[in-house]
Amino acid sequence: MTELPTSTTRKLGLVIDLDTCVGCHACVISCKGWNTENYGAPLSDQNPYGDEPMGTFLNRVHTYEVTPEDGPAQTVHFPKSCLHCENAPCVTVCPTGASYKRIEDGIVLVNEQDCIGCGLCAWACPYGAREMDQAEGVMKKCTLCVDRIYNENLSEEDREPACVRTCPAGARHFGDFADPDSNVSRLTKERNGIDLMPEMGTAPVNKYLPPRPRDASPLTPFLAPVADEPVGFLGWLDRQLDKLPGGSD
Amino acid sequence: MADGQPILDTSPKVSDEVRKTTCYMCACRCGINVHMKDGKVAYIEGNRDHPVNKGVLCAKGSAGIMQHNAPSRLRKPLIRTGPRGSGEFQEISWHEAMATAVGWLTEIHETAPHKLAFFTGRDQSQSFTSFWAQQFGTPNYAAHGGFCSVNMAAAGIYTMGGAFWEFGQPDWDRTKLFMLFGVAEDHDSNPIKMGLGKLKARGAKVIGVNPVRTGYNAIADEWVGITPGTDGLFILALVHELMRAGKIDLHYLAQYTNAPVLVDGETGLLLRDENGKMLVIDRNTGKPAPFDRKGVRPDLSASYRHAGVTHRTVMALMADRYLDKSYSPEAVADRCGIPADRIRSIAAELARVAFEEEITLDREWTDFRGDTHKTMTGRPVSFHAMRGISAHSNGFQTCRALHVLQILLGSVEVPGGFRFKPPYPKPVEAHPTPHGHGRPGRALAGPHLGFPRGPEDLQIEADGTPKRIDKAFSWETPMSAHGLMHMVISNAHAQDPYEIDTLFMYMANMAWNSTMNTKGVIDMLTARNEDGRYRIPRIIYSDAYSSEMVAYADLILPDTTYLERHDCISLLDRPICEADAAADAIRWPVVEPDRDVKGFQSVLIELGARVGLPAFLNEDGSPKWKDYADYIVNHERRPGIGPLAGWRGETGDQSGRGAVNPEQLDRYIENGGFFVEHIPENAQYMKPWNMAYQDWAVKMGLFDSPHPFLFNLYVEPMRKFQRAAEGHGDIQPPDHLRAQIKATMDPLPIWYEPFEQSAFNADDFPIHALTQRPMAMYHSWGTQNAWLRQLHGRNPLYLPTSLWREHGFAEGDWARVTSPHGEITVPVAHQTGLNDKTVWTWNAIGKRKGTWALSEDVPEAREGFLLNHLINELLPPKGDGLRWANSDPITGQAAWFDLRVRIEKVDPPGETQPAFKPIKSPVPEGPHMLKWKVGK
Amino acid sequence: MHPAPSVIVFTTFSGLGFGLLFWLGIDPSPPTGWVAFAFFAIAYALSVGGLLASTFHLGHPERAMKALTQWRTSWLSREGLCAIAALLVIGLFAALLIFFGIHAAPLGWLGALLSLGTVFTTSMIYTQLKTVPRWNTPLTPALFLSISLAGGALLSGRVTEAYSLLFIAGLFQIAWWRRGDTALRNSGTTLGTATGLGTTGTVRSFSPPHTSPNYLMKEMVFVVGRKHTDKLRLFALLLGFVVPPILLALPMPHLFGALAVLSHIAGIAISRWLFFAQSEHVVGLYYGAR
Ligand SMILES: Nc1nc2c(c(=O)[nH]1)N[C@H]1C(S)=C(S)[C@@H](COP(=O)(O)OP(=O)(O)OC[C@H]3O[C@@H](n4cnc5c(=O)[nH]c(N)nc54)[C@H](O)[C@@H]3O)O[C@H]1N2
Ligand SMILES: Nc1nc2c(c(=O)[nH]1)N[C@H]1C(S)=C(S)[C@@H](COP(=O)(O)OP(=O)(O)OC[C@H]3O[C@@H](n4cnc5c(=O)[nH]c(N)nc54)[C@H](O)[C@@H]3O)O[C@H]1N2
Ligand code: SF4
Ligand code: SF4
Ligand code: SF4
Ligand code: SF4
Ligand code: SF4
Ligand SMILES: [Mo]
Repeated sequence: MTELPTSTTRKLGLVIDLDTCVGCHACVISCKGWNTENYGAPLSDQNPYGDEPMGTFLNRVHTYEVTPEDGPAQTVHFPKSCLHCENAPCVTVCPTGASYKRIEDGIVLVNEQDCIGCGLCAWACPYGAREMDQAEGVMKKCTLCVDRIYNENLSEEDREPACVRTCPAGARHFGDFADPDSNVSRLTKERNGIDLMPEMGTAPVNKYLPPRPRDASPLTPFLAPVADEPVGFLGWLDRQLDKLPGGSD
Repeated sequence: MADGQPILDTSPKVSDEVRKTTCYMCACRCGINVHMKDGKVAYIEGNRDHPVNKGVLCAKGSAGIMQHNAPSRLRKPLIRTGPRGSGEFQEISWHEAMATAVGWLTEIHETAPHKLAFFTGRDQSQSFTSFWAQQFGTPNYAAHGGFCSVNMAAAGIYTMGGAFWEFGQPDWDRTKLFMLFGVAEDHDSNPIKMGLGKLKARGAKVIGVNPVRTGYNAIADEWVGITPGTDGLFILALVHELMRAGKIDLHYLAQYTNAPVLVDGETGLLLRDENGKMLVIDRNTGKPAPFDRKGVRPDLSASYRHAGVTHRTVMALMADRYLDKSYSPEAVADRCGIPADRIRSIAAELARVAFEEEITLDREWTDFRGDTHKTMTGRPVSFHAMRGISAHSNGFQTCRALHVLQILLGSVEVPGGFRFKPPYPKPVEAHPTPHGHGRPGRALAGPHLGFPRGPEDLQIEADGTPKRIDKAFSWETPMSAHGLMHMVISNAHAQDPYEIDTLFMYMANMAWNSTMNTKGVIDMLTARNEDGRYRIPRIIYSDAYSSEMVAYADLILPDTTYLERHDCISLLDRPICEADAAADAIRWPVVEPDRDVKGFQSVLIELGARVGLPAFLNEDGSPKWKDYADYIVNHERRPGIGPLAGWRGETGDQSGRGAVNPEQLDRYIENGGFFVEHIPENAQYMKPWNMAYQDWAVKMGLFDSPHPFLFNLYVEPMRKFQRAAEGHGDIQPPDHLRAQIKATMDPLPIWYEPFEQSAFNADDFPIHALTQRPMAMYHSWGTQNAWLRQLHGRNPLYLPTSLWREHGFAEGDWARVTSPHGEITVPVAHQTGLNDKTVWTWNAIGKRKGTWALSEDVPEAREGFLLNHLINELLPPKGDGLRWANSDPITGQAAWFDLRVRIEKVDPPGETQPAFKPIKSPVPEGPHMLKWKVGK
Repeated sequence: MHPAPSVIVFTTFSGLGFGLLFWLGIDPSPPTGWVAFAFFAIAYALSVGGLLASTFHLGHPERAMKALTQWRTSWLSREGLCAIAALLVIGLFAALLIFFGIHAAPLGWLGALLSLGTVFTTSMIYTQLKTVPRWNTPLTPALFLSISLAGGALLSGRVTEAYSLLFIAGLFQIAWWRRGDTALRNSGTTLGTATGLGTTGTVRSFSPPHTSPNYLMKEMVFVVGRKHTDKLRLFALLLGFVVPPILLALPMPHLFGALAVLSHIAGIAISRWLFFAQSEHVVGLYYGAR
C-alpha cells in the first residue's frame, strides 16, 4: 500500500508549541509506556541496566540554543515524533507495503506483520521519526495513538494521544487540520505555525508554533520618584493616606 | 497485506481494571490511574479528577512501571556481614530483623533516648514518623527540610504564615505577570508546568530569574541571568525603586500588615497594649490604638513620642533602610550581573501590572475588624521561588526580601497574586515551638520541630550546649525549623555535642548524593574508635532499593514500592491542597509485593509497640494498631481529627472533623484515592483576614479557633535574638556567635555576602558552581529506571561561553574543578544561555559502581559525577578551633549553592574523578534486554 | 550513514556480478560449455551473493518475498523484481549455452538490459533519498552503472572496454565526490530549517534527547574525519581505477588480470565504504552533526 492516498478525509496531527514546551520529557515517557503495552510489538530496550542502554522511542525531545543577533541566547525544547507527512517519502520507499498512510485520517503507520525491517523508510524520513526495534526487527513509529483516538473503551475525553494527554504544560495539541475551525488549525493560524524542513517537500501535517519573541524590553517608562529621602517619602505617605478612604472601602 | 489498507482494531481493550492511587516518584503527589492486566501493572496515566495534576503526568510518573519493577528492589531484610561499605550482607527473616531492631531500640529507649538519631529523607509521612520519634523520647528527629529548603519555608511562615509550594501557589488563572526565582523543577512539578501552560495560553508574561536558562527559564519571556547568591540585592533594589516611586499598596500595607505597627524606639520590639495587641496610630484620632479595633485607620507614616522615646512605624524604618542609595539599581548592578536599567525596567513593569492592571472581583467579604468590603481587589503580579534563592547562606533573608516585595505590591492572597493553600495561611503563633527534652522511657512533651519566638524556645542546655545532635535550635542556627539533617552524621562522628548509639534513617541516600562532602561522610560512616567499634555504633536503614546508602548500614529494613503499600498524604503534614480547596490522599496496595518486604510505616508501628511506646499500646499492653492502614483510620491527633479529613464520622458524612470511620479507606479508594473539600467562593481570597475563610478553616478542623493575623514585614522574634546578642536577657549566645547573630538576624530583610564566598579569597575561586534537578529524574532513584536513565545517563559540567573560550575547551574535553574543599575531574559542555560566572550540572546523575542493580561499566559511574564532593558541610576552618557550618546562620539551611570553584582543562582521565571502588551488590544485576509487555 | 558491511558487500559484488552478466549477455560470440559455466558461475556468485548479503541486515529476512510487491512506488521493490528477472532470463540464456551450446542472443540482450536495470534500480534506492543530499543526484546512477560496466568488462577480460570504462567511471567518481562535498550545504537544509528556528538566530544543538545512543544515531549519524576521507579517496581511486589499467598493460594477463580485478574490487569497496560513511543524513542536523 505504498501509494499515497491522493487526499485523506481527515488530516489528523499534532501542534507542538515551542513557546510553552519546558522540555520535561513527559510526552516521551508516556508514549513509551502506552506503545510498549499497546500497538504492535513492545518498544524494547537493549542493555537497560548496563553500559549504553538503547531503547526504541517514538518521540524524543531535543534542546537547542538559538542566539539572535542582539540579545542573549535562548533555549528551546524541541519534541519530535512523526509528522504524518502528506507527501510521506517513508511510505513510497517501502518495498513491502508495510508502511502506509491511512485514507480516512492520514495517519502514517507500519503494519508490523509485513515489515521486513529493511530500514529504508527510516532513511527516507528527514525527521528521524522512525526507529527499528532491535528486539523485534520491525520498524516502529508514532501511530498518533490510533489505538486511543478512536478507542471506545476509553472515555470520550481520553480519546487523544498519550503524549497530548500527559503534557503538563499543555504544549501539545491534537486535532484535524482538514477542519479549518479545529483547535489545531486555529492555533496554527493565530501563532503562525510552521513546517519543519519545508524544502524536503514532505508536506508535514504536524505544525510547530515558534517561540514568542523573547527578552524584548517592555515599553513601560521607568518609575518617577516621589521622594528620594525617607523624610520626603513619609511626607508623601501622609498625603496619600489622606486620600485613602477611611479604614474601609 | 500488500494492497489495500489493513483493518485495524482501533478499540482494543485498554485494561482489565483501573486502580487509582497516588504517585510517589516525587513529592508532588499526583493522582494516578494504574491500569491492570492479569493482576499486573500495565500502564500508568494521570487521574483527570485529581486536584493536583488533573490528568497530566510527568516523565517520572509515567515511568512508574519501571520503578515498581526495577531489578534494584531489595528483597529481604539484610544484616551486615562484611565491613561497612563493602556491601556484604546476609539475608535474614523479618522475625530476626525485628528482634534485632527491637533489641537495640529498647535499650536506648529505656536508658538514654537521645542516643537514637532518627532522621528521614523526603518522607511523605512526617506527621507519623515525628509522632513515633516523639513517643520514643529522642530529641533527635527531623526530616530532610534542613538541607532542602527550610529558608523558603521558615521565611514564609515568619513573614506571612506560609510560603511557596505546599503552602501556596500563584493565582494561575488570573495573574498577568509571573516572576520565577531560582527554580528548575520544584516539588510542585506538574502544577507549575500546568500553571505556566495557562499563562502561555493567555499570553501572560513570565520573567525567569536564574543564572541558567533551561526548563522553565527557557520559556520565560524575559530571562534575568543573575549571578548566584545576589537575589537579595536585586529584590531589595526593586523594593528601593518601588518605594521611591510610591508604587506600593498603601491600603493593603496599612490594613493587613505590620507596616503601621509602632516599633519601640528603645528595644526594637513592637509596641503592644496591656492585652498584648500591637499598637498603631489611628489616623482618626492620632492616638495609639490596637491594630485590630473596628474602624481603626492605621497610620503608616506616624511616629509616637512617649516618655522621651520616639517610636516609629515599621514603614518608617523601611523607608530609612531601603531608600538608601546602597539599595539603588546602580549600587547592585555589578554584583548581580544585571544592568541597572534592566532592574528599573522590571520594577516599572511590576508596578504597571500591579497598579494599572488591577482586577476587581465582585465578591463581598468581611475582614477581622468586622468591616465588610463589596469587592476584592487584585494585583495580578505573582512570584514563585525555590532553592535557587533558599540554598544559600543568605537564603533566609533573601526569601524574606521576596515576601516583603510581594507584600509591598499588595499581591499576596489577592486575585491574580499569590494564594495560600489550606491549612495555610497559619501565622507563626499558630505553629508549635520546638520540643526536645528526652527522659528515659518517656515521650517528648510536644513536637521536635517548630518555630521559636525568641531565645526562650531554643533547644539548649543551661550551659548553652545544644540538646540535639544536629544542633538545631541552638545559637548557631536559632530558627532551624526543619532541623539540620546534613549535620547529623558529621556531628555524630565528631561526638559533638555528644555521642549517639544508633542512627536510624529512612529513605535518604546519605552516603552519596544527598550529603555534602560525600567522601568525608563515607569515611565518617566507616570510622572506628580505638577499640575497633564503629564511631557511629549502629545504623539501621530503610530503603526500597539498592542505593549507595544501603552498604553503610548494619541492618536494612526493606520497604515496598509505592504501589504496594498504604500511605497517607495528610492535612496534618504536607498536604496536597489547592488554593481553592483542602485535599488529602492515600496510597494503597494496588498490587501485593512479590518479595519479602514490608511497608516502613507498618514496621514503625510494630517497632513502636514492641519497644513499648505507650501511644502504640492499648491499656492491656496489646498493640494499638495492626499496621499503618489501621493507624491512618483509627489514630486521632485531637478528638475528631485524624490523619485523613475525608469521610469522617461513623457514617462517613463528615469532613475535616468527625469520629473515626472504619470504612474510610474504602471511601477514599472509591473516590480515586483522594478527598477534596472546596472553599466557599467568598472565602477563597484574603484568607488571613477573611472571616468567612477563618470560620471555614475552623469547621474543617484546620484550626480550633479563628486566628486572623497581620503579615510581618518586620519579624519581631528575630529582633529578640538580635537583642540577646546585644547582651539583653538571661539566655545569652556564646561570644563567638554574637557578631554573626547581630548582623544576620535583622528583623527587616538585608543582604550579606554568602559565607563560603567571604571565607576565602574570591579570586582563588572565581566561579559559582550549581546543580539543577533534571525534570525527568528524581535524585538518585531515576537511574534504576530503565526508561529514565536513557534520558540522563551522564551529566557534563556546563560552562558559559566566556569560560569555554578562555580555557580553549572543545566538545569532548574534561576539566578539573577545584573548590576550597576538594576537586573533581569531569566532562564539560558549552552553554551560551548561562551567567558568565557560573557553571552547573544536573544533580545526582553520578552513581557508585555496584549499586542500583546496574553493571559496573555504566555511564553514570564512569562519566556521571556529583558536585557534592566539592561541598563541605563545614566552612573552611577559621583558625578559631570551631566548626562553622556551611549553612544559613538563621535556619541552618544547607548552603549548597554557595559553592565557589576554579576550573582548568585536563586530559580525560578515563573516568570521572574521584572514582570509588565498587560496592558488592545485594541484588543481582538487571536483565540485558527488556521487552516489557504485560498483556497478550 | 552507517557503513554496514552487508550493504558494502552487496553493492560492490552485485554491481560487479551484474556488470559481468551484462557483458556475457551481449557477447556476440559467448563461451559455451565449461568455460561458460565458469563465467556464469562467477557472475551468479557475485550477484546472488551480493543480494543475499543485503538480506543480512533485514530484521525479517523470512518475509523478503513481500519486498517484491510495491514496484509501483518502491525502488527497492523494483530492484528485487529486476534482479530476479535478470537472473532468470540470464539463467535460461546460460543454461542454453552451457548445456546445449545454443546462443539465444535476444534472451542475452534482454538479460543484459535487466542486469543494467538491476544496477540502475539499486542506485535509485539511494538516489531517490532527498534526505541524503550526497546521494540525491543523477550522478549516483551514472557512477553505479559505469562502475558496474567497467568491473564487468574487467572481469570478462574485455581490456579495451575496460580501459575506457574505468576511465569514465573514475571521472564519474571524482565528479560525484566533488559534488558531494557541498551537497548538504547546497541542499539548503540546515538546523535552522530543520527546527524552523533559523529565523530567530543561529541554532545550535544544546543537548540530545537521550544521553544514551539510539538507532537513528547509529544508523544515520556516522562521522569520518576529513583526513581519513582524503586518504581513502586516494586509495579508492588508485586501486579502483588507476592500478587495474596499469596491471592490464603488463604481460602475464592471467596473473595481472586477476590482480587487476582484485585491485578494482578493493578500490570499489573503499569507494562504497565512503559512499555510506561520508554521506550525511539530514537527521544528523537534529543531533548537532554537520
Ligand atoms: N524532577 C525532579 N523534581 C524534583 C526533585 C528531583 O530530584 N527531580 N527534587 C525535589 C526536591 S527534594 C527539591 S528540594 C525540589 C527543588 O526544586 P528546585 O528549587 O527547582 O531545585 P534545583 O533543581 O536545585 O534548582 C535550583 C535552581 O536555582 C538556580 N539557582 C541557583 N542559585 C541561584 C541563585 O543564587 N539565584 C537564582 N535566582 N537562582 C539560582 C539553579 O540554576 C536552578 O535552576 O525539587 C523537587 N522536585
Ligand atoms: N549537589 C547537590 N546535592 C544535593 C542537592 C542539590 O541541590 N545539589 N539537593 C539536596 C536536597 S534538597 C535533597 S532533598 C537531597 C535529596 O536526597 P535524598 O532524599 O537522599 O535523595 P534520594 O536520592 O532520592 O534518596 C532517597 C533514598 O530513598 C530511597 N527510596 C526511594 N523510594 C523509597 C521508598 O518507597 N521507601 C524507602 N524506604 N526508600 C525509598 C531511594 O532508593 C534512595 O536511596 O539531596 C540533596 N543533595
Ligand atoms: S515524519 Fe517521517 S515517518 Fe513520519 S510521515 Fe513524515 S517522513 Fe514519514
Ligand atoms: S523497514 Fe519495514 S516499513 Fe520500513 S521500508 Fe522496510 S519493510 Fe517498509
Ligand atoms: S501520538 Fe502517540 S505514538 Fe505518537 S508520539 Fe504521541 S504518544 Fe507517541
Ligand atoms: S510533555 Fe509537553 S512540555 Fe514536556 S517535553 Fe513534552 S511537549 Fe514539552
Ligand atoms: S510530578 Fe511526576 S513524579 Fe511527582 S508525583 Fe507527579 S507524576 Fe509523580
Ligand atoms: Mo529537597
